[in-house]
Amino acid sequence: MKKRTGYTIFRVVALVLVVLSLVAPLLWMVAASFKTNVDIYDSSKALVFTPTLGNYDTVFQQANYLQFVFNSLWVAFAATVLSLLLGVPAAYSMSRFNMKKSALVVLMARVIPGVSLLVPWYYVFSNLQMVGGFGVLILSHMFVSLPLIVYIMMGYFDGLPEELEEAALVDGLTHIGAFRRITLPLSVPGIATAGILSFIFSWNNFMFALVLSGANTKTLPVAIFDFVGYASIDWGGLMAATTVVTLPIMIIALFVQKYIVSGLTAGATKG
Amino acid sequence: MSAVTTPSKAPRSANVMPETPGWARWANDHRKWLFAAPAMAFVIALIIFPLAWTLYLSLTDSRGSVRAESNFIGLQNYFDVLADTDRFWPAVGRTAAFTGVALLFEVVLGMAIALLLWRPFKGEKWVRVAILLPLVATPVAVGMMWRLIFDPNIGMANQILGWVGIGPQPWLAGQSSALPTTIFIDIWQWTPMVVLILLAGLTSLSDEPQEAAMIDGASAWQRFRHVTLPLLMPTVIVAVLLRGIDALKTFDILYATKGRGGGSFNEVETLNVYAYGLSFDYNEYGRSSTVLILFFLIIIGVMWALTARRKKEAARR
Repeated sequence: MKKRTGYTIFRVVALVLVVLSLVAPLLWMVAASFKTNVDIYDSSKALVFTPTLGNYDTVFQQANYLQFVFNSLWVAFAATVLSLLLGVPAAYSMSRFNMKKSALVVLMARVIPGVSLLVPWYYVFSNLQMVGGFGVLILSHMFVSLPLIVYIMMGYFDGLPEELEEAALVDGLTHIGAFRRITLPLSVPGIATAGILSFIFSWNNFMFALVLSGANTKTLPVAIFDFVGYASIDWGGLMAATTVVTLPIMIIALFVQKYIVSGLTAGATKG
Repeated sequence: MSAVTTPSKAPRSANVMPETPGWARWANDHRKWLFAAPAMAFVIALIIFPLAWTLYLSLTDSRGSVRAESNFIGLQNYFDVLADTDRFWPAVGRTAAFTGVALLFEVVLGMAIALLLWRPFKGEKWVRVAILLPLVATPVAVGMMWRLIFDPNIGMANQILGWVGIGPQPWLAGQSSALPTTIFIDIWQWTPMVVLILLAGLTSLSDEPQEAAMIDGASAWQRFRHVTLPLLMPTVIVAVLLRGIDALKTFDILYATKGRGGGSFNEVETLNVYAYGLSFDYNEYGRSSTVLILFFLIIIGVMWALTARRKKEAARR
């Protein structure tokens, strides 16, 4: 069994290295957000420093970040709810009626480079006076959420036995009734998975908001750039801003780990 | 629904539902499209029209403003772009290098880490959380974070190199080191994605082929090379496909680390960054649309090749 212990030691060392290389940069970012800019420039203060909340003060008081946090929350929430409303029934139909080509059309949205959509969108929505408003941001983020939700939910519905619905039909429910009273309640874990991932992808989305948002509607990923000047960068403020953007998502990820993993790997192991 | 109708005494059967109103029965009969159509209509309205317009713009000399008068110039943009060795072809090269190198590392590292995680162990949950963190982090924020770490003067990266006696490197600031550095950032952020997909694939494999090989005296490497890897191949291709599409379209970390145009010397200007710049910095809509159409064809081509490969792998089993 000597070989076994050898492998165990190797495995532990390797895993520790993996975890360190993934987590250390994030911890470094959080640490820098509690440093003054003087301390960030001083390499002797790398690990030992007097923490300050000054950067967060800048972020929330001067840079008006509460507004951007709200914008991001609202856009991600609205895009997710609307995409679920459109996407869950569509995924159900596509799964039950085996609508492969229709599914492909929706999944195209994932493949197309976003820039090719932005020019026409910008033109149309600026004619409608919508650029800079929440409506167009939510629409564009739905474009990210909807294909994701359809993809995840199709896999989920494929895995739900049809017999359950057939039993409900025999008991006198209509097809739609069976969907509403049997399938939907059984799909709550799948819907949660799809919803959480859609929220995260929308929260993290940058390019659509970069072009379509206005000064008052910009989301957090765009607002980060407020700390990058042409001449210099306010590193402390920037790191506080990046922490404000990433930390909520990471905390959510801690609690709903299983859902995120099942959503990201949905359909990957099918033959 | 209405209270006036006399309740039917007819015995209920599965198909005749007397108290169902007409609209509900109609809905029931047409549920296939009733369910699917709204989502399809949304996607088609937001894709087909812009795509058709992009195709049209690529045949015109539109610039400055999309509202401005533009002339139909046929395939001239395509000839110009395909002959452009100054910006277009270097951007194609960078896109290919970025995607190819990042994918190679992500798949090899991802496979190694997935194998490390495969069999249960103590503290597994925490390792899995650590793997999830880069994946859910906002790409723009990740770019900024590495920008600080890779800062040539105050960054931690050069300090660590200093401890082992290596001189400071320019990282993102260097003309030739910028692209490799952004590839590193992509690998850091997205290897976990490959790990998760491969791990899901590994967990779904049955133990029997492994055990059979073990009884036949196969070494660990032989078992991996001749048993696990062939069985896992379809999953590997899915991982490459999903990651590949996103890697080709990488924008956020490039914009966050190098800004417009992929830096002052276009060091990290990939096709997506180039097209964005043409549209929104230079307002060269005709040319940008041409680049986008070509870019789109490349993406479709890569996807098609990988899907065909996956079908072949799946058929072999």
